Amino acid sequence: MNLILKIWRQANSNSKGKIVDYSIKNVSPDMSFLEMMDMLNEQLINNGDDPVAFDHDCREGICGMCSMFINGEAHGPDRLVTTCQLHMRKFKDGETITIEPFRANAFPVIKDLTVDRSSFDRIQQAGGFISVNTSGNTQDANSIPIGKHDADNAFDAATCIGCGACVASCKNASAMLFVSAKVSQYSLLPQGKVEATGRVLNMVKQMDEEGFGNCTNTGACEVECPKGISLENIARLNREYLWASLKG
Amino acid sequence: MSKLNSKVPEGPLSEKWTRHKSKINLVSPANKRLIDIIVVGTGLAGASASATLAELGYNVKSFCFQDSPRRAHSIAAQGGINAAKNYQGDGDSTHRLFYDTIKGGDYRSRESNVYRLAEVSNNIIDQCVAQGVPFARDYGGLLDNRSFGGVLVSRTFYAKGQTGQQLLLGAYSAMNRQIGRGKIKMYNRHEMMDIVKVEGKARGIITRNLINGEIESHGAHAVVIASGGYGNVFFLSTNAMGSNVSAGWKIHKKGAHFANPCFTQIHPTCIPVSGDHQSKLTLMSESLRNDGRIWVPKNIDDVKAIREGNLKPIDLLEENRDYYLERRYPAFGNLVPRDVASRAAKERCDAGFGVNNTGEAVYLDFSAAILRYGIEQAHVKGLDEKDVSLIKKLGQEVVRSKYGNLFQMYEKIVDQNPYENPMMIYPAVHYTMGGVWVDYNLMTSIEGCYAIGEANFSDHGANRLGASALMQGLADGYFVLPYTIGDYLSNDIRTGKINTDSEEFKLAEKEVRSRIDQLLNNKGKNSVDYYHKKLGEIMWNQCGMSRNESELKSAMIKIKELRKDFFENVNVPGLANEFNEQLAKAGRVADFLELGELFAKDALERGESCGGHFREEFQTPEGEALRDDKNYTFVSAWEYNGDPENAILHKEELNYEEVEVKTRSYK
Repeated sequence: MNLILKIWRQANSNSKGKIVDYSIKNVSPDMSFLEMMDMLNEQLINNGDDPVAFDHDCREGICGMCSMFINGEAHGPDRLVTTCQLHMRKFKDGETITIEPFRANAFPVIKDLTVDRSSFDRIQQAGGFISVNTSGNTQDANSIPIGKHDADNAFDAATCIGCGACVASCKNASAMLFVSAKVSQYSLLPQGKVEATGRVLNMVKQMDEEGFGNCTNTGACEVECPKGISLENIARLNREYLWASLKG
Repeated sequence: MSKLNSKVPEGPLSEKWTRHKSKINLVSPANKRLIDIIVVGTGLAGASASATLAELGYNVKSFCFQDSPRRAHSIAAQGGINAAKNYQGDGDSTHRLFYDTIKGGDYRSRESNVYRLAEVSNNIIDQCVAQGVPFARDYGGLLDNRSFGGVLVSRTFYAKGQTGQQLLLGAYSAMNRQIGRGKIKMYNRHEMMDIVKVEGKARGIITRNLINGEIESHGAHAVVIASGGYGNVFFLSTNAMGSNVSAGWKIHKKGAHFANPCFTQIHPTCIPVSGDHQSKLTLMSESLRNDGRIWVPKNIDDVKAIREGNLKPIDLLEENRDYYLERRYPAFGNLVPRDVASRAAKERCDAGFGVNNTGEAVYLDFSAAILRYGIEQAHVKGLDEKDVSLIKKLGQEVVRSKYGNLFQMYEKIVDQNPYENPMMIYPAVHYTMGGVWVDYNLMTSIEGCYAIGEANFSDHGANRLGASALMQGLADGYFVLPYTIGDYLSNDIRTGKINTDSEEFKLAEKEVRSRIDQLLNNKGKNSVDYYHKKLGEIMWNQCGMSRNESELKSAMIKIKELRKDFFENVNVPGLANEFNEQLAKAGRVADFLELGELFAKDALERGESCGGHFREEFQTPEGEALRDDKNYTFVSAWEYNGDPENAILHKEELNYEEVEVKTRSYK
């Protein structure tokens, strides 16, 4: 396959960026999208040009480090995959592909396609945990049975990889899907209920302070989420938040 | 020459840890506030250690090269975590978990460490559940278990195929709580460039901020290395792209012995290589071998027909299939340990029975399991057990609920539906049992420098059993290191803040800068990846699944030459003071180019076959590994002495008091 790539280039967070065109030849349809980017970078390095910076690590769709807004979609055209698991067979020979970073005020660009998502970490630090110290004498793991339905739902919410596709896809750059996944996981488990009130209030407060937008229920986040995190979690977050606000 | 002292406590095996804990020195809560600890790496070991040390009251500084501690590669562990809970009532116990791990490791691990690991395994599960880790549960609401290779009980706790993710997010949440309280200072996108020793003790590290290239000095009273394994020395492995040996290697060069580098795990169930463009390999959890049957065609004509596309594997009759693991190892069948399963796949493929175009793939087939589950479901639901398509549908649903995400991953990568066709798999480099040598307290041969998790060597011997890596990472981080480090730090309560303006720090910073300048000023003709790929080829072809003397000797020479070429001809673009991924990668590859040579030397030195280390000269007539207990029941701990070829070997003799050392048999 031969492709034209239109890639966002930006030297650092202070400089202005622009789209630059590159052409790449002999791309195999079995390559992953990032392997195609490796090939481009190898080509750029050998020509004495600056390679394109992009985040990536595990390349098996679980670490959440890769991002990229490809042809107007977070993680590209395929569903339920991250960019590292997107394969070139999803594109056509001769196609032009536009590649941009995840864009949001709360995700400033570091370089090219690399963005700073530490705002997500700070939301988690505000309340995304259960306050239990490591002691070696917590109660036996089976002492509180948890219904399979709740356990499965908690697991589904917990599979969020924190990549930020939800934010990048949302026209308001809202982080509600991300926050709701963590809130849901804990609110569905008996261990998480003790601190439920403070958790949801603190996490939402931090989310707002980081500059994420509001949720207007367009549902784009759910469509683009590589892990299929459901909008039901946002409903649960709203319920938890309302209840916590009333309780004060 | 320094002498190895493993510091294993006296007393009966089952009481060593309890006695040791009750005897070692403690640091008072008031004094803990005066002590700083650096933790490098935020995988299961690093994150759990950071969180626990901060909970205890120490001031922790944690470092990771990724953009968030949650990205560490523990996140990709799929199958599960072992614990001797015996919830299934199938005869499990601390002793059995201990014994399985020693046996699985082919009697090359330290008995006392392994026993301690088995002992604290139950605490890990309790701790994780209390943190809100959503393990799989049955309909009664209790925790579910499954079985893994090399054992005859079901002791593996799991969260679908994402156990590592859930455990890491649990440890990350515990870290977040402490970051929020200010007890952990987190440094994302920071790479450790060197360790700093003052008067022989580890007193800090030099880091590079990967965003702006700043070189920084960080002081502490102790340094904990939790930087994972070195599988990426093979270029293609199931490790993350950024996984590297640099932290471990840098401390090795400053005095920490490196143990058993040749003990590498080649995992049997990975997606086969598809072409030269490949950047990494993808693992399919070992848990798949619970329900998948591994086979190749019995007749070479069928192999040809399959490769040419004239025969579909599902159309091959049962009697024309060779379920070679079930044939060779009837007792354990498809659930033999990883090293055994990998070698058996290689044996079949070398004999010409590989089922894909490269000749390097075998089938992992779920049709029998789908049928079995389907009939069971039809029976439970009172439906027609003779309806073939219904049975298939019901069976596929069960398989989807167990392994859904793995099947989806396979389909995305290979573009084939694994519910309908058998998967194709081939072994790939996955885990490194070798690592930095540590004593019973997990301290390296540098005073005040510790190594935990995959970065150390201690618990898995020559082969690791499935679902034991997560167990070891969390055991070290939650339950072992936080105790043992106190014993050392109790002597440091009057030391005061470590001054990073000292000569030692300045000198180390200067060395780091000059190494960076050397790479950037080289302006050679080959990219960093060019060298990494070349190194990977040498490692895989000459130090891979089977090894022999002449290949290992040649590998040592080739790696040395490649390293020389690298420093003369590598091209690292960009600047030192910017976000420069190539520069970061170049530093890591430079370290791999040294480690690779030590790896080959270690493999050459070990004149026996054990676990993941298979020397062709040492095998039984049936092709099974031939261990030499008389001459090789020791840990090879290498002391740095200039070039890796000059490394000095120290032997830690392994004494087995509790288990009888015998030939491993899974037949």
